[in-house]
Amino acid sequence: MAEPLIRMQNIRKSYGRVQALVDANFHVNEREIVGLLGDNGAGKSTLIKVLSGAVPLTSGDIFIRGKKVTLRSTSDAIAQGIETIYQDSALVTQLSIARNLFLGREPIKPPRFLNRMDQDAMNTVARDLLKQVGISKNIPPTTPIGSLSGGERQAVAIARAMHFDSDLIILDEPTNNLGVAETQGVLSFVRNARDSGHSCIFIAHNIHHVFQVVDRIVVMRRGKVVADDIDPKTTTVTEVERIITGMSDKDIRDALADGKPGH
Amino acid sequence: MENHSLTQRLIARPEFGPFVLLIVEIAVFWGFNHDFLSPQNISNTLAFTVELGLIALAMTLLMTSGEFDLSVGSLFGFSPVLMWTLFNAGVTSLEMGFVIALVVAALIGLVNGWFVTQLKIPSFLVTLGMLLVVRGSALFITDGFPQRTWSAEGSWLAEALVGDFFIGPFRIYMSLFWFIAAAIALGYVLTQSRTGNWIQAAGGNPNAARARGVNVNGVKVGLFVLSSLMASLAGVISSLRTSAANPNSGTGYELEVIAMVVIGGTALTGGRGTIIGTVLGILILRVMRNGIVLIGVPGLAYNIFIGAIILGMMALHSWLERRHQAGT
Repeated sequence: MAEPLIRMQNIRKSYGRVQALVDANFHVNEREIVGLLGDNGAGKSTLIKVLSGAVPLTSGDIFIRGKKVTLRSTSDAIAQGIETIYQDSALVTQLSIARNLFLGREPIKPPRFLNRMDQDAMNTVARDLLKQVGISKNIPPTTPIGSLSGGERQAVAIARAMHFDSDLIILDEPTNNLGVAETQGVLSFVRNARDSGHSCIFIAHNIHHVFQVVDRIVVMRRGKVVADDIDPKTTTVTEVERIITGMSDKDIRDALADGKPGH
Repeated sequence: MENHSLTQRLIARPEFGPFVLLIVEIAVFWGFNHDFLSPQNISNTLAFTVELGLIALAMTLLMTSGEFDLSVGSLFGFSPVLMWTLFNAGVTSLEMGFVIALVVAALIGLVNGWFVTQLKIPSFLVTLGMLLVVRGSALFITDGFPQRTWSAEGSWLAEALVGDFFIGPFRIYMSLFWFIAAAIALGYVLTQSRTGNWIQAAGGNPNAARARGVNVNGVKVGLFVLSSLMASLAGVISSLRTSAANPNSGTGYELEVIAMVVIGGTALTGGRGTIIGTVLGILILRVMRNGIVLIGVPGLAYNIFIGAIILGMMALHSWLERRHQAGT
């Protein structure tokens, strides 16, 4: 089998005496949406923080397309093509959509010493991206993020990750606090991102949202990955819930082996 | 949103409130006393206005990045004292004294920035401490006495900074052009340049900005240096114009400057700033100070009006903000 896009091997992370991750193994393939599930304290957030460069790992290795990498900071991770979208926190609400999209990588109009942003180019790209990510409403790219809805903000963050060729987009609770229509919107943005060649990790408390969009489900419990190949098409929500809440490993194997056709 | 008329868009701008206030203020004062718009009064008002204004322009950028600087008033007093002391003692020429004063100011800004970004101490505390250090130094160097300043006549530095000439009946100081140049340059930086985008992001959401690779600390340190430099320049200009270098001058300016910036529509919490608004805020406060004296209100009552204006403008901004959030 081809080398996956991301492979995390024997990841350990301890905060003092607390072991947040205990030899976790996790991978994401190219053009794949992985749903990461687990109860509170199972280690999902820590795993994601390690992968997004927000916290250093205690031991273990991370490979991108088979090449070992060290992620010291979030900007390190972004440079390696890993973009993490936390609800709200990734955008500057006072700035416009276009200015947020290009923050830190603003195109400059010649002559360069004037350091002048090419706002026309930024707006044009922003308009296209909003269409590509699937926002149907006609929102001018000069609109401040503060006047967008939660779903639209997610769309802008996803659009940014797509534009700057992030190979992996990590979405942490992207559907929290969103209405039904908005949630469907965000799910379709995620599908669009995959269809244009990006991989995603999708973390959500609402298992039903995860089931609607992901290609594969990974479940964590007590700092370990306890199931990493659950097919949402052949597994039911109830079965996954049982895995999350924790049964004996044998029970999990049995549940998976049954492979009952899902909903 | 895009079908709004031009008028509606103008009204929605954060500068609209201060603009209306300034017009009303000028109309009222003129109504009471027609001398208010006399060339002499306008010339006098402008001369000092631009000196405080230079500091307010730099403060606008600093506050947009989410920090502020209470040490500007003390630098306004300290820098000319340093320059004149060096010159009077025969250590340097006046010009070299000026350069040294600017370098010292830049270092003070650097220290402010370092404490705020590296030691993560709120700028309120850092610059309050710096205010005392700098003011104390000015008083200590001079034993609390004003410095002799009579020998600036004919110096090219004095000509370039405060040389005056008449346009018709208006007496104009060179400092007005420095102020206009600074307003245009900093307005450009804030709205057009890449640095401006970083300044706003640093104030709006520093973590998001950092994650995008923006050097938030670098931006803030740079703005602290700019703020100190402008305060120092303003102090020197004021001292050359009035032929005085008093270690106590500039006392309380920090609050007046912050009031100017906030009245203009820059957010105290950072993330949003406007140079046009600050220019309006500068004019509003200076016109108020001049006007209430002209119409016969005791000068000591000045602060009552300033306080009322600040409260009124804050109420207006918060009302506009809520309307904006509600999407109307």
